[in-house]
Amino acid sequence: MAEYFAMGGYANFVWPAYGITALVTLGLIVWSVRGHRAVKTRIAALEARANGAEGS
Amino acid sequence: MAKSIQRFANPARFMALSGAVLPWAAAATALTLSIGLYLALIASPPDYQQGETVRMMYVHVPSAWLASAGYASMALACAVGLIWRHPLAFASAKAMAPLGAAFTFLALVTGALWGKPMWGAYWVWDARLTSVLVLFFIYLGYIALWEVIEDFGRAARATSVFCLAGAVNLPVIRFSVDWWNTLHQPASVARLDGPAIHSSILTPLLVMALGFTLLFVVLTLVRTRTEIMERRAASLEMQQAQAGMIVGAHNG
Repeated sequence: MAEYFAMGGYANFVWPAYGITALVTLGLIVWSVRGHRAVKTRIAALEARANGAEGS
Repeated sequence: MAKSIQRFANPARFMALSGAVLPWAAAATALTLSIGLYLALIASPPDYQQGETVRMMYVHVPSAWLASAGYASMALACAVGLIWRHPLAFASAKAMAPLGAAFTFLALVTGALWGKPMWGAYWVWDARLTSVLVLFFIYLGYIALWEVIEDFGRAARATSVFCLAGAVNLPVIRFSVDWWNTLHQPASVARLDGPAIHSSILTPLLVMALGFTLLFVVLTLVRTRTEIMERRAASLEMQQAQAGMIVGAHNG
């Protein structure tokens, strides 16, 4: 197991390469999903206001 | 009238279609990336010359591929937007830009990490590396241009012209390894005479490349949907502001 993580002496290059890739791609996913949720909430609030205005 | 119907009908169709496709595409992405990571980190052998460092190729090459292919898709969307004046095309180009920039960043960083043990340097001012760094700055310029122009129509046209001008960098990246005597190796997968790497290494590379591409497509769909909804929210806000003014005028 330790031998596997040592990556033939290149652990300091291989693991950071995978680490930064995981970090950036997960970051893109979280950021994109959050942006989508935020605009959904915004539209729901606007539509509720519009319907409320019509109802009154 | 016909034109205005076309303008709204197509985003509506896009929203329905992309909404139906997204869960399946997301599942396919997760599955492909899981298989790809297993092949890249566990099942594949070390390279006979490069040893374990070859594993960096499985994240470096797909990132670099998306850096260029992402820009090419963006340029295509910009051209469609400019020619047919289609808001959906502009929205998708805007959605792709941060994704392309992120993958270009990853190509540069993973390339530096791979370069150190193989070339003895994190960075060299080699034609391939330099042209990809230029690509990164072009992405940032495109994103910045969207931020500084407030009106959607004007921003869409200006950013698209900028994007198409930046596309001249793509053939420079592609052929930089042939035109100049670079430290970066020439193409070994996309060659006219077929790939020049062994299948034990080519298979994990292709699976990872497919996984990265699926991720790019899924995030582009999500972000394009967000962009369309942002515009809808802005127009609702405008309507309510105007209605509020009319009500205000009547009451006053």
